[in-house]
Formats: sequence, C-alpha cells, structure tokens
Amino acid sequence: MHGFLSYLNAHFHALRLEFWGLLIGGIGSGIIYAMVAIGYTMVYGVLRLINFAHSEIFMTGAFAGYFTLNYLIGSSSPTGITSILLIVVGIIAGGLTGSFFAVTLERVAYRPLRKRKAPKIAYLISAIGASYFLLNLAAKEFGRIGRGIAQPYSNHTVFTIFGANVEMYNIIIFLAAGMMLIIVDRLVNKTKLGRSIRSVAQDSETASLMGVDIDKTIAMTFVIGGFLGGAAGFLYALNIGVLYSMGFTPALKAFTAAVLGGIGNLRGAVIGGLILGVTESFTVVFFSGAYTDVVAFAILVLVLMFRPTGILGELIGRSA
Amino acid sequence: MNFPFIKKLSIKAITILILSELAAVVTGPPGNADTPWIGFHDSITQKTSFFGLFVTGRWALFYALGILSYLIVYFFNHNDFKNSASDSLRSSYRSVAGKKYFRLIAMFAIGVVVVLLPTIITDPFWREAMVSQIAVFILLALGLNVVVGFAGLLDLGFVAFYAVGAYATAWCTGALPVPPLFGSHVNPFFAIPVAIILAMVAGVILGIPTLRLRGDYLAIVTLGFGEIITLFANNLTGVTGGAQGTKQVPHFSFHVGPLKYIWGLDPAPYYYLVIGFVFLFIFIFYSLEHSRVGRAWTAIREDEVAAESLGINPLKYKVMAFAIGAASAGFAGVMTAAQSNFLTPATFTLSLSINILVLVIFGGMGSIFGVVFGAIVIQTITMYLIHTPPAGYQPQDLYIYLGALLVIMMIFRPAGLFPARRRQRLDVSTSSFENSND
Repeated sequence: MHGFLSYLNAHFHALRLEFWGLLIGGIGSGIIYAMVAIGYTMVYGVLRLINFAHSEIFMTGAFAGYFTLNYLIGSSSPTGITSILLIVVGIIAGGLTGSFFAVTLERVAYRPLRKRKAPKIAYLISAIGASYFLLNLAAKEFGRIGRGIAQPYSNHTVFTIFGANVEMYNIIIFLAAGMMLIIVDRLVNKTKLGRSIRSVAQDSETASLMGVDIDKTIAMTFVIGGFLGGAAGFLYALNIGVLYSMGFTPALKAFTAAVLGGIGNLRGAVIGGLILGVTESFTVVFFSGAYTDVVAFAILVLVLMFRPTGILGELIGRSA
Repeated sequence: MNFPFIKKLSIKAITILILSELAAVVTGPPGNADTPWIGFHDSITQKTSFFGLFVTGRWALFYALGILSYLIVYFFNHNDFKNSASDSLRSSYRSVAGKKYFRLIAMFAIGVVVVLLPTIITDPFWREAMVSQIAVFILLALGLNVVVGFAGLLDLGFVAFYAVGAYATAWCTGALPVPPLFGSHVNPFFAIPVAIILAMVAGVILGIPTLRLRGDYLAIVTLGFGEIITLFANNLTGVTGGAQGTKQVPHFSFHVGPLKYIWGLDPAPYYYLVIGFVFLFIFIFYSLEHSRVGRAWTAIREDEVAAESLGINPLKYKVMAFAIGAASAGFAGVMTAAQSNFLTPATFTLSLSINILVLVIFGGMGSIFGVVFGAIVIQTITMYLIHTPPAGYQPQDLYIYLGALLVIMMIFRPAGLFPARRRQRLDVSTSSFENSND
C-alpha cells in the first residue's frame, strides 16, 4: 500500500512539474479530435449511424495536404505570409478532398441502403467495408511507409507559459482549428442550410413535408463533416506525417470525444475532444506511451456504460 | 432540351466508366508516396489483351466488361425470361432437393470428398492451406456467425477470442515466459478445454459491460477491444513474449496405454482433427439455432423491445451468444498454435476480424451452410491469389477486394448468397428508418 502511495506521489509530482507542457500538448491533440468528432456527430445527428469510414476521410485529407505541400514547397523553406498561405492552401486541399470522399461514401455506401430502409447492422457493415477499401487502396497506391510532410513554416518556440514552451505548431493548430470550429458552429446555428440540417436531425419525415430536400441536406452534412475531417487530417499530418493507416487511432479517439460530449451535439464534440486530449496527455505521466490508446478506450467504455448521453446530452435526448 | 432517355443513359454510361476506372486502378500496379500518380497512371494506360482477341487499354477492357454485365442484368430484370427461367430453375431445384434420398446422397458425397481430400490434394501449399487457412477459418466463421448471424450483434473484435485461445494453448504447453498452467509442459490436447473455457470467459467479461449498448456502439467497442488485445500481446513481453512471439508450441500427441500417435509436420492428421471439430461445432450450433436459445436470439435480433416484453432477458442471451461464439474461436486458436508451433501478435489483427466477417456476410448471416460455403470459397480464392498471384498483386491488397465485397453485398444481396431460412430483416426493416427508436 505504501509502495503504491509513493508511486502515485512520485507521478503526481511529475505531473505538477510538467503540467503546463502537457496541457498545451493535450489541447493541441484535443482540438484535432474535436474537428474529427464533429464529422461523427453531425452524421449521427442526421442519419443516426456511426460513420465508420470517417477515419479514412481523415487519411485522404492528410494525403491531399501532403501532396499539395510537397508540390508547392519543393525544397524551399517558406517564411512569413507564404507560410500562412501554404497552410491555408493545405487546409483547403485536405478539406475539399475529405468532402469529396465523404460525399462519395454517402452516395455509394449509404444512400442505396437508406432508400431500402435497411436496418442499422447493414450500414455498419457497409461502412466497415468502405473504410477497408479506402484504407488498403491508399496503402497500395501510396506505399506502406510513413512519410514526413514538407514543412510550410519553421517550427520554433514562440513564447513560454509557466516554463512550458508554446511552439509555432500549437499556435497554428489552435488558430486554424478554432476558426473552423466557430465557422461550423455559426453555419449550423445561423444559416438556412444549418436550419435544414437541424430539422432533418430532429425529424426527417416532418422536415421533408416542410420542403427540406433530405438527400441534399444529408449530402451537405457529409460535405461539412468531411471538410473538417480532411482538414484535421492535414493539420495532424503537419506534425506526425502521413501513413495509410494513420486515421484509425485518431478517429477512434474522436469518436470517444463525440460520445463523451454527447453524440449529435456539436459543442459537446468540441468539449469532449478537448477533455479527451488533455486527459490523455496527462496520463502519459502514469502509463508508458504504448498504453495511452487504452486510456481513451477505457474512457469510451466508461462513458457508454455510465452516461451514454455524454456531458452535454444528446441533441434529441436519446439514451443508449 | 429534354431528352430524359439520353440523359439517363449517359449517367449510366458515366457511372460504368467511373466504376471500370476504379476496377482498373484497384487491380492495377501499385504506386508509392514519392510519385503518387504512377499507380493510377499505369493502371489506366497499361495494355492488356481482350480475351486474347485484341490488345487494348485495361480501362477499356473493364469498361467493356462493365457494359456487358450491365446489359446482362438489364436483360434479366426487364424480360419475362427472368421470372420463367429462375422460377423453373428454382422449382426444379426444389423438386430434387426436397427429396430425402437426394439429401442423403448429397451428404454422403460431401462426406466422401471431405474424408478423401488429403489424398486428392498433393501440392504442399494447398495441403497446408486447407488446414490453417480454410478449415480453421470455417471454425472462426461458424463462431462469428453465432454472434452476427444468430444474435445480430456486430462484433468487430472477434479475433480477440482467437488470440485468447491461441495464447492459452501456448500457456498450457509452456511456450510463454510465464510458468505453464498445470505446472509442467503438457501436450496441446489438454489445452483444448482450457482454451475454450478461457475464450468463453473472455466473451462473458467483454460481453457483460458492452452488450447493454446498442448495436453501433457495440461495434466500435469490440473494434477497440480487438485492438487492445493485440496491444497487450505486443507490449506485455513478460507474459506473452511480446512482438517476438512465443517459444515453440509442441504438436499434438496421443499416448494412452499401447496407443501412441504424434501429429507431425504433415497437415493431414490436423485436417482430420479440425474437420472432426468443425462437424461437432456445426452440430452444436445447428441444435442451438433450433432450440429455445436460438429462438430467443432471433427474437432479440429482430426486435429487442418486443423480445424483452415476452420475458426474454436480452443481456443474458447476448452474453451467451458471445461466449458460445468465442468457444469455437478459442478452439481455432488451439489448432493454429499447435499446428504452426509459433504465435506472434501480428497474426491477430483487425484485418483478420474483417476477413472473418466477410466470410459470414458473403455466405449468408445466420445460415450455417452459407457460412461454411462462404469460408471455403473466399479462403480458397484468397489462397489461390497468394499461391499464384496475378501481376502487381500483393497479399495485403486482398483487403481492398474484401472491403469492396462487403459494400457490394450490403447493396445488392444483404442476406448473403444463401440466406438463412429464418430470414433476418436485412432487406427492409419493418419500422420506418427515420423514426426507428433502436
């Protein structure tokens, strides 16, 4: 017992020392989870199903960003306004590719089932199949070795908070992701498109009676979710690089984030993503790096068991 | 401009074009991250022979095949031929298949083929594959069929139970770094009950917390669970031997009184052992399907709320399905461990779970015959592709085709090639999709 207490004490001491550094790292990964989680949560909102292939949308976005930047940068090392422009171009390339694949996925793997009113298990199997198809096709076309991305900026410590370094990468992610999240929030809550998405999420039959084009709205939901997912893939790849199987773990964590915040709830997804990112970052102190993925998974199982509606509750108050 | 017919036709032509380009890319040569378009470029521009008639671009070949298959489907759907031909075929099949003597003859023929198979097949690759890649996969598919087909629970981490069975065998036979279960090394026969029980316990442990969740959550939780088992097998080096794998697992041996037999390197004895268990599991699962338990599974699968209102405890029966399905995976694990003598975590991947799922979906969820058929057909094709790979084919490319097959099956034939007699509600759900409350 004493041994355990001293173990905890030593680790909490380490946690106190590294608190700010871990917090910054956690927010950085958390905001990426949040972006991916929005894709899950929006699709769940309108279709009531988990888009299993979202991990591959993340991956395609990352690859699109990778190729675009490699093509544009070559061997130069851009600075200043060029860096910003390059990052914006990368985000747009990743996002548009993500949107394209998300819409195609909806058209090919989901819509035929939706027209037939197929049960849920058919969607899940179809989604798993599409996910595996894309994953392994990417492995075949782009090789099975991870690649670093051409850096559009020089990474350096910008300033320090309480002894923790805040790097350029953290600032870029925070600004880019923060802006996109705010835009999506406004889009869903204030525009006509957002209203139609919300109406389909609440009651699609009634929405269609009120003149909402269901197919178009669902496709637009995939466009928005796919854009965020693809852009998040690019931002993630800026730091980690690209690999055909890179989508799996972040997507599983983003799904956890979506459930944690309350699936179907946009702001919940953001809160869930940040909480998950920070929690995971802190647990590095307690477990070896190999088991950090287990932490996210354990959170998922615990949330599903004890509070399946998540922190903010589901959009339409459904329970598991 | 209003030519709906031409518009419709051109949409169809473009769709076929896109699909044929995709098929050309999927089957074409691989690329790499430095020259990303080389795979696509080569796939489109490569020339190939059109049934030996004339040489053309691969894309054109696929386009021609696409149009041909579209026309065939169109012809079947828009002619009386469809009904008359398929009806007469079906009725003639029924009139023969329904007869008792036909069933007996068919069963006898299958039995003879099954028994004689090791003497018919002489190629060492196929002798090996027929045990480790086909017979063992029939066991795995039968187990997953209980979970996915009978109880309607999508388990994407089924390989975890397979891993539990395999590592339990390694444990009993002393191939793990930890001391063996019975104190000393025993031969894998004694590991069979241990592996099956441990796999069933794993099923119960995983099932009790997760089976309360609704279907889509269950799928993602089992997916994570399968990954975590691999993670532990890789990282708990002191228990599992880590990524390096286990020490040598001995072969089966049989030593009672004067009778002594050791399963050696020849696959044939393993084949008979596995096939014996395949028939045992088929018998058990068939009996279960037609028992009170099987009817409870069907009821839960079709409508959980209604089943509950009839006094069925859904959690109890779902956990039961998990445990019973896990039993056959656990036994498959014993066979793999004892035959290959060696285990690494790299065997037990998510891809393998998906592979097993494809066998079940292709043959027909819930139909034992369909699942065995699916396992034999798909695994034979897989092995054929490994044995004599076409140009540009790598073993990992298999999952491109399996993934596509899952989507195609779900779109065109969700109940599989041989739909279960107690039909799953896969074509149309009775409740309205938009308002479904499950």
